[in-house]
Amino acid sequence: MSSATTDTVKQSPEILKKVKPAKLDEVPLVLNKRSLHWITEKICGIVEAKTPAWWWWCFIFALAIASFTGMGLLVLVSSGVGEWGNNNPVNWGWAIVNFVFWIGIGHAGTLISAILCLLKQKWRTSINRGSEAMTVFAVMCAGIFPLFHVGRVWFAWWLFPIPNANNIWPQFKSPLEWDVFAVSTYFTVSILFWYMGMIPDLAVLRDRAQKMWRKYFYGFLSMGWNNSNTHWRNFEMAYLLLAGLSTPLVLSVHTIVSFDFAIANLPGWHTTIFPPYFVAGAIFSGFGMVMTLLLPVRAVFGLHDLINQKHIDNMCKITLATGSLVGYAYAMEFFIAWYGANSYEGFAFINRAFGNYWWAYWIMVSCNVICPQLFWFKAIRENTPLVWVISIFVNVGMWFERFVIANTTLSRDFLPSSWGYYSPTVVDIFTFFGTFGFFSVLFLLFLRFLPLMPLAEVKSVTPMADPHAGKH
Amino acid sequence: MANKGIKYGLAAVFNTASEIYTAAAKVRDAGYTSWECYTPMPVHGLDAQMYGLDDKGFPVRSKVPRFTLAGGVTGFFTGMFIVWYMNAFDYPLIAGGKPYFSPIFPFPVFYELTILFAAFGTLFGMFFLNRLPRHNHPVFEHPKFGRTGDDKFMIVVEVEDPKFDDDETADFLKKIGGKSVSLIREPEEF
Repeated sequence: MSSATTDTVKQSPEILKKVKPAKLDEVPLVLNKRSLHWITEKICGIVEAKTPAWWWWCFIFALAIASFTGMGLLVLVSSGVGEWGNNNPVNWGWAIVNFVFWIGIGHAGTLISAILCLLKQKWRTSINRGSEAMTVFAVMCAGIFPLFHVGRVWFAWWLFPIPNANNIWPQFKSPLEWDVFAVSTYFTVSILFWYMGMIPDLAVLRDRAQKMWRKYFYGFLSMGWNNSNTHWRNFEMAYLLLAGLSTPLVLSVHTIVSFDFAIANLPGWHTTIFPPYFVAGAIFSGFGMVMTLLLPVRAVFGLHDLINQKHIDNMCKITLATGSLVGYAYAMEFFIAWYGANSYEGFAFINRAFGNYWWAYWIMVSCNVICPQLFWFKAIRENTPLVWVISIFVNVGMWFERFVIANTTLSRDFLPSSWGYYSPTVVDIFTFFGTFGFFSVLFLLFLRFLPLMPLAEVKSVTPMADPHAGKH
Repeated sequence: MANKGIKYGLAAVFNTASEIYTAAAKVRDAGYTSWECYTPMPVHGLDAQMYGLDDKGFPVRSKVPRFTLAGGVTGFFTGMFIVWYMNAFDYPLIAGGKPYFSPIFPFPVFYELTILFAAFGTLFGMFFLNRLPRHNHPVFEHPKFGRTGDDKFMIVVEVEDPKFDDDETADFLKKIGGKSVSLIREPEEF
């Protein structure tokens, strides 16, 4: 019988017999030897069970918070962008800070689903769906800010290359126009990736559905998926390709977001380190948010066998690595500012650390550089509540990073006569605060109606998926 | 219901991935051509068991990449075209003393559109090759079909197959380890 597997059984190299490497115990990705049926019941059970009371309370609470964004935007649209604190010389203010903050959070989802998929990191399977959902919702929150910052939001469609009454087109030399393409592509591809990965799971929910609306809802979304090997073959190839496409995409999006700053001829912004530094920061903040979301979800739904200590360890280590990269970038910016011997650049950085926004700078450094260093210690990685608290510090720190970058430079540019100090208004605060509610509303709906984990992928990493039953 | 409707095929249920893995090779060796495996997750190496290897020693390969490539190439040139058309041809726009069109400065636009169109090509290519959306399928009539998304594995040999014979195929499926071998009929029209 010709089989693809006969020649893959390789002889172990001679050297291994001599050095006798120690055998390390590998922590299984699904603990307690759970069966395939248990995994299906567990994940589908979350969606099929009666809506728990806590869900309603959280949902109402989240809606109430989301209404703050509604109020903020209502005031803004009815009276104009002057309601925000942006003014000369700080014309971007919180709008750009919040935009970059949410977009950055959105990066971990694609990192987990795409880059870790290409790197064959099997532990990603139980966290990828949740983080892809996080990506999509975070990008929605991000989109609000530039959309309303254009001033007359009803003309926002002018950003797209659609013929309009003025008979002129978008200006493609502007990094802001590149951003329109980068962010809208990122949003669309993230949704495609999220949705395509969900199709087999939606089919499982369809086949288990008892109520008529569920049969129609999941039946429609699953497109008639039938679990056949042909379907799986094309699906796996498509999934791999989307992972391959999303990897350059995720790196490009934050690169282009950083161009919004780096292309401008302003001290503190006009540096080539921005693209890699922004991407590292985005992954850092994204993993922070993944932990902030998934640790409570794991506790509430009892998913400890599916998201186990190995997953938490790995997420902590990625946070540590990217946090250290970000810390290195902060240090390197200072070095280059000194080494480049440009007095404006040098001033921009001394001003960052000791100038008018010194407090924001040191909040950023303590949250982003010092906090994640705690993850070197195993005892801290195993203390789940503490990991959760640190993950929130990471989010806070990354918001302040964007605040520091955007505001210190603009408030102290070349001419002292044009210096100023930026403070947000109540409308700014309401709008930003509400986005957390908006995000939570969407995430709660996701938990309630869509499969939290990719069933087939989680099953694939169990021993039961091995066609050779462990003999090979 | 049981005895009405057009016959679609014979279904045999298997309990583990390794059972269906070995059974699939036997169905192929017996010379069946119109048949399919239904599994709760992609089973590694099942393609080779079902269809064997090609001349170069590879298992059957999905054709999705062709759609991805077509999408990507279309996206790249669409990006190039819109920038040239909008900023250099239809309404030449001077900004920053730079040329009206160059393949360099708007590269992010080409790049993003390449990925966008390639992603759509991939998704729709997958749909096209899988003949989706198709909201009904005869195998859905099998009472245990739902379990193939859960923890059961199923082989269905279609009536279309030239080698198909009600009794012989049923015996064969039992012999290779299939449980609860049963006939699937398409639902009657209503």
